[in-house]
Amino acid sequence: MMMNDMAQEAVAAGGGRKIGEVILDLQNISLRFGGVKALTDISFDVRKHEIRAIIGPNGAGKSSMLNVINGVYHPQEGRIVFHGEERKEMEPYMAASQGIARTFQNIALFKGMSVLDNIMTGRHMKMNAGLLSHMLYFGRAQKEEIEHRKKVEEVIDFLEIQSIRKTPVGRLPYGLQKRVELARALAADPDLLLLDEPMAGMNVEEKQDMCRFILDVNDQFGTTIVLIEHDMGVVMDISDRVVVLDYGKKIGDGTPDEVKSNPEVIAAYLGTSH
Amino acid sequence: MLYREAGQFKASYQEDAQIFPIRQDRVGFIALLAFFFVVVPMIANQYWLQAILTPVLIFSLAALGLNILTGYAGQLSLGSAAFMAVGAFATYNFMLRIDGIPFLVAVVLGGLCAAGVGILFGLPSLRIKGFYLAVATLAAQFFIVWVLVKFPWFSNYSSSGVITAQEINILGFAFNTPETKYLLTLLVVTVLALAAKNMVRSTTGRKWMAVRDMDVAAEVIGIRLMRTKLQAFAVSSFYCGVAGALYAYTYLGTVEPEGFNLDLSFKILFMIIIGGVGSILGSFLGAAFIVLLPVFLNIFLHSFVGAALPPGFGSNLELMIFGGLIIFFLIVEPHGMARLWQIGKEKLRLWPFPH
Ligand SMILES: Nc1ncnc2c1ncn2[C@@H]1O[C@H](COP(=O)(O)OP(=O)(O)OP(=O)(O)O)[C@@H](O)[C@H]1O
Ligand SMILES: [Mg+2]
Repeated sequence: MMMNDMAQEAVAAGGGRKIGEVILDLQNISLRFGGVKALTDISFDVRKHEIRAIIGPNGAGKSSMLNVINGVYHPQEGRIVFHGEERKEMEPYMAASQGIARTFQNIALFKGMSVLDNIMTGRHMKMNAGLLSHMLYFGRAQKEEIEHRKKVEEVIDFLEIQSIRKTPVGRLPYGLQKRVELARALAADPDLLLLDEPMAGMNVEEKQDMCRFILDVNDQFGTTIVLIEHDMGVVMDISDRVVVLDYGKKIGDGTPDEVKSNPEVIAAYLGTSH
Repeated sequence: MLYREAGQFKASYQEDAQIFPIRQDRVGFIALLAFFFVVVPMIANQYWLQAILTPVLIFSLAALGLNILTGYAGQLSLGSAAFMAVGAFATYNFMLRIDGIPFLVAVVLGGLCAAGVGILFGLPSLRIKGFYLAVATLAAQFFIVWVLVKFPWFSNYSSSGVITAQEINILGFAFNTPETKYLLTLLVVTVLALAAKNMVRSTTGRKWMAVRDMDVAAEVIGIRLMRTKLQAFAVSSFYCGVAGALYAYTYLGTVEPEGFNLDLSFKILFMIIIGGVGSILGSFLGAAFIVLLPVFLNIFLHSFVGAALPPGFGSNLELMIFGGLIIFFLIVEPHGMARLWQIGKEKLRLWPFPH
């Protein structure tokens, strides 16, 4: 009942976009590293086409949550249902093949490669020519390379990074690297995109650009987005629903307005509790 | 002709993704091939063909193999010579035991055996990285040589494990002169180098580099680390294996397991450090440099300093120069001579207006 209400409000907040059924359902997730409880009994869901934000103070367990979703970390307890199927043994490559892509809090680009190669690598799952065909660079390998280069160029145009295509990513300024990382994730045509602080360390203008890209991705491709962000203004502006974590526990969940007026959340952010 | 790309516009992705996108490079490459295939056999004497050019090509191939593994896929190995040994001894046994097997088929099979052994010794790479992996590949180095000495079957029960390469005969043509052996080596090395270039500019190579640069991110975009690393070990060992077969058949003629020792593995490692880690061209530059340095040093010492030097001075000087250069490249230019060449080209592309 609660859920339904929230979804309806989310539709209202999202304007014309239609928010659909639950595609990712996390139930009672607990994750520990030795004695450190990174996540304790966390449940929330993500609906199709929505922008779902995860916020919380440093060390709250936000990144760990994303790592659980795409199979980098394995929670000790809890159930994860993605596209109606409960997942069992999950490795990151499996999550990728199910349509989950992500970016990292600390940029994780392939430093020795050009922007174009980074993004092409992001598309590798759609390419299946074999080793021998690559050796000859003929037939299928060449056809695929050209076909997928077209797709990749669309992503490049979309994110307005045409002029740096051939640049080694290591030479790019921080803001552009973040954008290339988004491009690499988008090249996989994901259903679910996980963004870990995509605007951290950016200036106002870069933040605005990034916001626009995120909204456009959500709007034009219908990609569902889970976003971690510290900038409250941004979070309140672009997200449909927000989960608030603190010390590994969920302390709030709802529309931006609901979360803003939640006393526990206010306390956590002002640092008065605990 | 100036080295310029002005006016060369790429109208399709196919053109943009060519193996040599700049026309001058394309022309240069064809000229280079023509030079080594046609001009060199006419002008070079037997000594140069047999004792210098053929081994340079073979070492280039081995360095290329190591470069695929270390430079592209980021997995350190000290076992290159052992994989060469597998290639050499396997080819020998295929030639020996299968009547009428074509030489090139035996070489490919020998390379495949090396690839199999490579996969086996690549398994530790799934758990360990860097220095510890290097130590694990050292085990391969010693174990393989030990096996080849210990089980005389591999050398057909010859004394001390020495094998003598059978004569090479392809479609009725005997490759028994320095010229023909050089040309055969050149052909095999050219084909494999082009194949390597193709691999590294396609998905295969991008996956290797992704694993090298950031394995967590690689995994998250769907690359299977285990498969990718083992594939790199297999391809790398295949290249080393073929190099080993050529080492026995077109260069030395007789080899023993001890010839493929740790020294040789290190030599190949130095070739890629000096030539350029993660560069196909670098593999060739490094191999040429390491084979040619002692030759030129010798000529230089003899003609300028004469016989007044203590014995062994030349080889000591050689070691000192190697040591200095390796430290230089490791610290100053980790991408080796190939990178210096590339920087030169980039400067030239813009010259005389650097901005
Ligand atoms: N691989 C790991 N090994 C051990 N402890 C970890 C690991 N990853 C996370 N943690 C711990 O889990 C807790 C949550 O960390 P996490 O990175 O998820 O926080 P976060 O909310 O993303 O913080 P930030 O805003 O600083 O990015 C922290 O106490 C952290 O030290
Ligand atoms: Mg974090």
